[in-house]
Amino acid sequence: MMDFSKLKPARDVAIVGIGSTEFGEHWNKSLRELAGEAGSKALHDAKIDPEEIQLLVGGNMSGGMFVGQEHGAGLFADYLGINPKPSMRTEAACASGSVAARVGFMAVASGMYDVVAVGGAEKMTDVSGETATSVLAGAMDQENEAFHGLTFPGVYAFLANRHMHEYGTTREQIAMIPVKNHKNGSLNPIAHFKNKITVADVLGSALVSDPLRLLDCSPISDGAASIIMVPAEKAKDYSDNPIYIRASAQASDSLTVHDRRDITTLDATVWAAKEAYQRSGLTPKDINFAEVHDCFSINELIAYEDLGFAKKGEGGKLIESGDVEIGGRIPINTSGGLKAKGHPVGATGIAQLYELVEQLRGEAGKRQVDNARYGLAHNVGGSGATVVVHILSNER
Amino acid sequence: MPEFAVPFHWRNFRKRYSLIGSRCPVCGRYFYPERHICPVCKRTVKIEEVMFSGKGKVFTYTVVRVPPEGFKIYAPYIVAIIELEEGAKITGQVVDCDPGEIKIGMPVEAVFRKIRSEHESGIVLYGTKFKPAK
Repeated sequence: MMDFSKLKPARDVAIVGIGSTEFGEHWNKSLRELAGEAGSKALHDAKIDPEEIQLLVGGNMSGGMFVGQEHGAGLFADYLGINPKPSMRTEAACASGSVAARVGFMAVASGMYDVVAVGGAEKMTDVSGETATSVLAGAMDQENEAFHGLTFPGVYAFLANRHMHEYGTTREQIAMIPVKNHKNGSLNPIAHFKNKITVADVLGSALVSDPLRLLDCSPISDGAASIIMVPAEKAKDYSDNPIYIRASAQASDSLTVHDRRDITTLDATVWAAKEAYQRSGLTPKDINFAEVHDCFSINELIAYEDLGFAKKGEGGKLIESGDVEIGGRIPINTSGGLKAKGHPVGATGIAQLYELVEQLRGEAGKRQVDNARYGLAHNVGGSGATVVVHILSNER
Repeated sequence: MPEFAVPFHWRNFRKRYSLIGSRCPVCGRYFYPERHICPVCKRTVKIEEVMFSGKGKVFTYTVVRVPPEGFKIYAPYIVAIIELEEGAKITGQVVDCDPGEIKIGMPVEAVFRKIRSEHESGIVLYGTKFKPAK
């Protein structure tokens, strides 16, 4: 494994503007309207005009399958007034947004551009739930997984059954994760779900893919989010409270889950986290709060272990301890996570960074983490073939 | 998913109708499906083609109750990762087994079965499933 601590970007990068739509079922808003709303809000927040933007990078998993719209980059650039500057779309399934952020980060860090808008958008509710399930299944190995009728809940059910088998993790422990995330979502004005649920609700909800039930699964949501990046040395020109990107890291693993070294671990999370810790010079103990990829409840539990917040096999103990609640040692998914905030797949990675920035600015209202200094975002593409980890701080 | 032209399925018939995989001559590991490069050794060597016996045991499983398009009439059905006796793993359905009976470690063997049909007059897709071994 290479040592990333010696690889320094040419310059530091700061976030000076954020914008997001509410997440949910937006029957009255199209993909372009969602992206336009989030982008405009980020521009207003940074107090800059579209003509100052030099590059647009947008994450979108499947505009083509969800609304028949490919070439989203061209659409968004036009709709946001970015033309004639370049725009591009990134796609890494549910990590499309984080990859966009990472490309934007590299563009600014390298010195290639000074003012970059990155975003993520997905419009998922214009197709039936069955069709959406099939579109999302496009992010797995078509010929060797989806061909056999496997679904995404099914993939994560594989992980859950094996984690329970190897480590004695209980169904109740796994159910505590969506309960916590709904509690946090109830405090978030832009969350898809603002209702609280109980462990009994989770265990009494319909089985989707044994042992996972409906309330273990993130919803099908519409939404978009955007952020504006500039070089750190110019950040104060745009914002009184810029947030600095201390690490941007990414790793890959086999697309086919049966080829993984260990099915109870997302090795790509372990590698991306290691890279992020090395690049930032931080350790898991330094992180004050995190947004992690709870597409399915079990994946948050596994992320506790893979990110170094719990020992391998002890994710269940961590959720039971209360340490991951707001007010605890390391609050996780203060936004409500994918489960309660919602999961418009291409927007999710940017939405995680949006929550980190709100927390680090001290603008998270009832969800505010005390003394938030370092926040980590963990975004998974599909079943873990792509994982992106960012670490942000309010200190340069 | 779109409805694909015949070659999309035709070129996969050999792979779907038999359990062809790869063996790395350097580390000796087996893989399914075939690969050009060993993901563990990552060396530029010629990978060997192998035919698996089809015997193995359930490594992990799920019962799909909310199926994707094309699988509605089969739900609920079991999908599992099978650890083949050669060491490679493979994903497939487990049939002739009650959803309440499936367990990690259960011995299974490969069977040739219909997977689904595209629509009433469309292509009928066949492939490998697994059933409990006697």
